[in-house]
Amino acid sequence: MSFINYSSREINCKIVYYGPGLCGKTTNLQHVYARTNPDLKGKMISLATETERTLFFDFLPIALGEIRGFRTRFHLYTVPGQVFYDASRKLILKGVDGVVFVADSQIERMEANVESLENLRLNLKEQGLDLDRVPFVVQYNKRDLPNAAPLAEMKALLNPGQVPDFEATAHTGAGVFETLKGVARGVLNDLKRLSSKQ
Amino acid sequence: MSHGPLVMYDEDYRRIAALLERLVRDASARGIFLVDKDGQLIAEAGEMRGVDSTSLASLTAGNIAATGGLAQLIGEEEFPVHFHQGQRDNLHITLVDRRNILVVVFDERSSLGLVRLRVKKAGAELARVFEEIRKKAERARASGASPFADITDDDIDNLFSE
Ligand SMILES: Nc1nc2c(ncn2[C@@H]2O[C@H](COP(=O)(O)OP(=O)(O)OP(=O)(O)O)[C@@H](O)[C@H]2O)c(=O)[nH]1
Ligand SMILES: [Mg+2]
Repeated sequence: MSFINYSSREINCKIVYYGPGLCGKTTNLQHVYARTNPDLKGKMISLATETERTLFFDFLPIALGEIRGFRTRFHLYTVPGQVFYDASRKLILKGVDGVVFVADSQIERMEANVESLENLRLNLKEQGLDLDRVPFVVQYNKRDLPNAAPLAEMKALLNPGQVPDFEATAHTGAGVFETLKGVARGVLNDLKRLSSKQ
Repeated sequence: MSHGPLVMYDEDYRRIAALLERLVRDASARGIFLVDKDGQLIAEAGEMRGVDSTSLASLTAGNIAATGGLAQLIGEEEFPVHFHQGQRDNLHITLVDRRNILVVVFDERSSLGLVRLRVKKAGAELARVFEEIRKKAERARASGASPFADITDDDIDNLFSE
């Protein structure tokens, strides 16, 4: 849930990167961290295993520009993608304002992508949120790999609702900021909607 | 359940800040942080201004979320009080209400008993303030008074133009 502070004139929003194990969620945050001006970012926290798999979450606070005199801050989180960490994923989704689904483009990961997307829908539903109404974007990551599935196929499989989607190669940074901007735009539009007279 | 944003106006913030300042003195604490369950820092007070309070807020929320999950596994609703003892500093963490968490850092100048006592009273007051804030935000929303009600695509584009 976003937090609007009139005293410090800030808006804070929470964005969660979701997706199957090893799809590149942590890599997305690492790239954002590496390429963000030090004044605009806080420390990146990674609660990870010895082998650098996400154990609980990664966290990166960043600031974008101002809107109507309010500084916009986004708290970026990743979930652990490995199937058996489902309890942790549920916790991290609490209070989410926008979701990025990072898909792994490798053909042999298609089933894992589909399962993870279903898991996302289910876990949102448990807290009364509908994936079709939450600000949501899809990223097709690892486009650099020779075994990447055709884009059209991935779109049909993972984005039938045609939300904004982006191709990416997260470890070189391609598509990472486009994805972030896409979800931030969705979150701000949603804030507008929620702030309006109903 | 309301999914609208949490809106805090200057006067509410001042009330909360004043409550925290008082709690720092009453509990002889080093620092106090008020954090919401989603990991946002709401306010802080005390002599620990240098500490990375954004990280502190996110880790506190993660910690509370994880122990809350554990509680439910064993059939408890929640563990309302957490205490971590360190070499020099101690952490006392409590749930103020369903959304907000109070973190008190204290050393040998205070004691667990004193902190517990003072937190109880301050926590109840904070819960009342938050209840008022919530009602106020609902009224503001009903009247469409938010500055974000009429942000435009251009406003959003400008955000990314640098
Ligand atoms: N070839 C290629 N490798 C990538 C890309 N993005 C990430 N990787 C690599 O994939 C591996 C896993 O990336 P992570 O970011 O740790 O994956 P994750 O989604 O956070 O995984 P979990 O924490 O287990 O959920 C790392 O070795 C990355 O360098 C990409 O676009 N192309
Ligand atoms: Mg990870």
